[in-house]
Order: sequence, then structure tokens, then C-alpha cells
Amino acid sequence: MHPFALSRAVDASMAIAGHADDPQLSFIAGGTDLLGLIKDRAALPERLLDINGLRGMAQIEALPDGGLRIGALARMSDVAADVEVRRRFPVIAEGLLFAASGQLRNMASIGGNIMQRTRCSYFRDGDDLPCNKRRPGTGCAALAGINRTHAIFGWSESCVATHPSDVAVAFAAMDANVIVRSRTGERSIPFTQFHRLPGDSPDRDNVLERGDLIVAVEVPARVEGRSSYYLKVRDRQSYEFALVSVAAGVATSARTITSVRLAMGGVAHKPWRLTAAESALRGVSLDDANVLRAAIATAFVEARPLPDNAFKVELAQRAVLRALETAGARA
Amino acid sequence: MSDQDETTVNEGVTGIPRREFLKRTTLVGGGLAVSQGLLNERSATTPKPSSIAMPGATGVTTTVRLNVNGRDHQLRLEPRTTLLDALRDGLGLTGTKKGCDRGECGACTVHIEGRRVLSCMTLAAMQDGKRITTIEGLERNGQLHAVQAAFVEHDGFQCGFCTSGQIMSGVAMIEEARAGWPSAATSDLSKKLGIADLSEVEIRERMSGNLCRCACYPNIVAAIAEATRKG
Repeated sequence: MHPFALSRAVDASMAIAGHADDPQLSFIAGGTDLLGLIKDRAALPERLLDINGLRGMAQIEALPDGGLRIGALARMSDVAADVEVRRRFPVIAEGLLFAASGQLRNMASIGGNIMQRTRCSYFRDGDDLPCNKRRPGTGCAALAGINRTHAIFGWSESCVATHPSDVAVAFAAMDANVIVRSRTGERSIPFTQFHRLPGDSPDRDNVLERGDLIVAVEVPARVEGRSSYYLKVRDRQSYEFALVSVAAGVATSARTITSVRLAMGGVAHKPWRLTAAESALRGVSLDDANVLRAAIATAFVEARPLPDNAFKVELAQRAVLRALETAGARA
Repeated sequence: MSDQDETTVNEGVTGIPRREFLKRTTLVGGGLAVSQGLLNERSATTPKPSSIAMPGATGVTTTVRLNVNGRDHQLRLEPRTTLLDALRDGLGLTGTKKGCDRGECGACTVHIEGRRVLSCMTLAAMQDGKRITTIEGLERNGQLHAVQAAFVEHDGFQCGFCTSGQIMSGVAMIEEARAGWPSAATSDLSKKLGIADLSEVEIRERMSGNLCRCACYPNIVAAIAEATRKG
């Protein structure tokens, strides 16, 4: 493994200042993505700053208004096992439980989970093939290569990769906010604006700047939270990244949808909200599958599949319908 | 990461097996005192921590204290040394296996503070002061742990390379279920879960992070199910 220096942060302000001033420094928490990137030479930091000792960043708080505040250092397994997370937002608990393995969930932090980088094999597998995310300006091997697992929405000629996180899809559906601290104070970034589309700079996954530290993810109280569900479709039943996934939350009155939130994983460079479908589904009965299907289809007008992944357009719409019906059965 | 990173350059010219070579270089290479407990974990009685220097290529090292299977150790190692390499190449605890070295196979599973983790995906220096359990630390007074005994009983392995990881994962997974943790196979997340809910489907889902190239899965599941029943 590429050699690096390692130090331990005891104070958030000092960690932030150190990160701001040192372009060769990376924070490390669980390490389950970063160490893989270093081993694959997709990241070559000279210095790692271990932030696991920072105080007050691992709590999972059930807020009095019905929302949640999840510390950035909370582990995936602890969040998934939390009784209030399970009760208020099953979609978040499921998004975590359907990801990785028991061992990795015990290690990986929430902040690190939403920071994890794409599983595109051209990005992960070495310097032999072009990858604008790994080495800006070299091109995208996946565009004309093997792109079965890649994006159908929002991609550019520069990059067709997808974001691998599951719980990020649930956070996007539930309008969570990423709480970020920097030298100038704390700010709240709406989850749907946290990750970027690739555009001309796919090396940047999200809007964070040097000197930014994620301290928490806050989930506002949501009427759709309790009747929510995470559906993940993948090549094997467990321990695999999504081909497509759906986070769905629905509120109903006598089986008619009064409000719905839908986001997808495995289809874009970021968690993909289906806002057109959300509007079209309002007022539709959960028992009217044909109308549901037509409403869902409105979000797929802009789908642009790649040569190997046209199947995702149909698969995704079916997955949305199933997720919506399952969430609806919980209402 | 290749093994070469943490070994010395004269490997292969001495004519002794790699594992023995590593143990010997660990003993003498660093020029530091090493306790007699290194090669005989079970008979150790001295409370004095063993002090071990791992050979490295960069010359930049840090000191880490680990309590492994009830014994304190002090290691000097490069910051990039994974916990897996520290256990195997530093402490000679080769029961923990290096499979993929990428967090994909589960062969390197150990417990940190009682939780199952992948030792290939964490740095030894990040676990300073922590209590680690490896496959070598499961037995008590010569008696196999219930999960170990069940693996023997149910023939839960063929080549055996994944077995220590399977067993370490299984032991901790049973504790997770005892603590009421749900899994992706749990249909009702609002329900309180207990050890009695560990169905075959639940065991398969919870053990999915441990791959077995010989595909001994039916026997592994049977072994864990029996150990769960015997509690």
C-alpha cells in the first residue's frame, strides 16, 4: 500500500484547519472505502487524519419533532439497529441493512458512507484505461466499454458512473440535510444538492470544499417516513451493489396517495429524485396499478440508457411500482 | 497492497518457508526484546506486553498497543500496516487469513471490542488500545467454542481457508441477534428481534459477507444454526 503518515484528531476545529491547509490530507473514519481506494491507487493521500476520536459525532438522536439527527461517525449497524430509526424511517434502516455486510456495517460511518466513491470498474481497476474521475482529462472508458451497471440519467460524455450508496438514496427521498462544519461555521446542505452530476468535472463527487467536515445528517420529520420502504435489485440477493434501487415513502387517505417521495439508486451519479412522478402520483389510488404505472413513467421520459443498460429503464419503473405498493401497504 | 510491502527484501533467499521466515525476522529483525509468548500464545503468563518491530520499507514507524486474545502487545509498525498484517506478520497469529485484501471475502474477520470487523480494511494504528479477538482466542481451557465445535460436527469446511473468518463472523453474528439487531431478511423492523428468530434465511443473510469458494454454505448454515440452539 502507498505509504502515508497517520495522525489522530482530538478537536474538530483543528481537524478542519488541518484539512483546509493541506491538499494532501484525507480524513479517515471507518476506512472501508478509503483504504480500498488507496490499495487500488485511486487515492494517494500523503497524510491521513483519524477523526474517530472526535467527541459528540457518533450519536443517533430521535428529535422531539419526529426527525432524526445522525452523527457522521455513527456506524451503519448502530443506525440500522436503532429502534427510533426503524420506527420513524424504515427506509433508512433498510437502506443500511441492504448494503455491504455485517462486518463492514460495524466499521463504516454515515459520513463516510455518503462520501464513498463509485464502483465503476474503470475507476477502481488501475491506470491502464481512461477515467476522468480517476485521472481528469483522460476520457471515459465506460462510455464505449462495459456499462451494464452504469447511469441512465444525468450522465455526461465525461462520466457515466453511478453513486454506490444505498442509504444516500433513502436520505435523498426523505429530504435529509448534510450538516457540514468549516472554518466559517456550520451549514446545512439539502441532500439532493450534496452530490453532483458529473458534467465536465467528474473527479468531484459532491459539493464539499477543502476544510469541510461532515458532522451529521439530519432527517426532518416526515409523514411519509413511517410508511416507507427500500427496494434493492441486484445480481445476487445479498452483499452486492444495486443494479437499481428505490427509496419510497407514501402518505395516503383511504388508499389514495396524498404525498409521495421517490428516489433511485444505481441510475445516476447521485441519488435520483423522481420529482415528476411524485407530482403525477398525487391523488392516484394505490389500487390502480395502470394509473400508477403511467404516473411513474413520467419520470423516465428523460432516461438515456447506454448500450448495455437499456434494461434498467424498464426494471427501474417496475421496481418503483413495487416499492410504492410495499410502502403503501405499511401506511 | 502486496505482501512485499511489509516484508524484508531478502525473503526467498534463505530457503525457509515464508511464514517461518516472517516469524524469525519479527523476532530478531527489529533488534527489540520480544517476549517468549510470541510463538506460544496459550502458555503466556507474563503480564509484560510483548514488544515487536515489524520490518518496513519506509523507515517511518509508529507504536501501537493492542490487546489480542487477552494479551497486551506493543508493536512498532508503519502507519499503513493493516490490522490483518499486524496480526499475521507481527504477532504470528496466522489463523486470520488474507483472502482478497479488499473487504470483499470476509476471510480476515476478527472482533474488535466484541464486534466483527474486516481486519484487512482497518489500520492497526487506528486500533491503538483496543481489545482484539482472533480465531486463536476463541477456545477456553482447551475447549472449542460452541461455533467451532459445530463446524467440526457439521463438516462446515473443505479447504478451510475461509473457516476462521466464517467462525469469527458467526460468533459475533449470534451476539448481534441476541442484542436484537435486525437484518435485511427481517420482515418487520418494528418488531423486537431475538435469538429464536435466527432462521436459516436470517443466518444466510447475516453471513453473506463471508464467501466460501468451496461452497460449503449448507453445512456452514447448519453449524451456526446448531450453535445458536445450544447457545
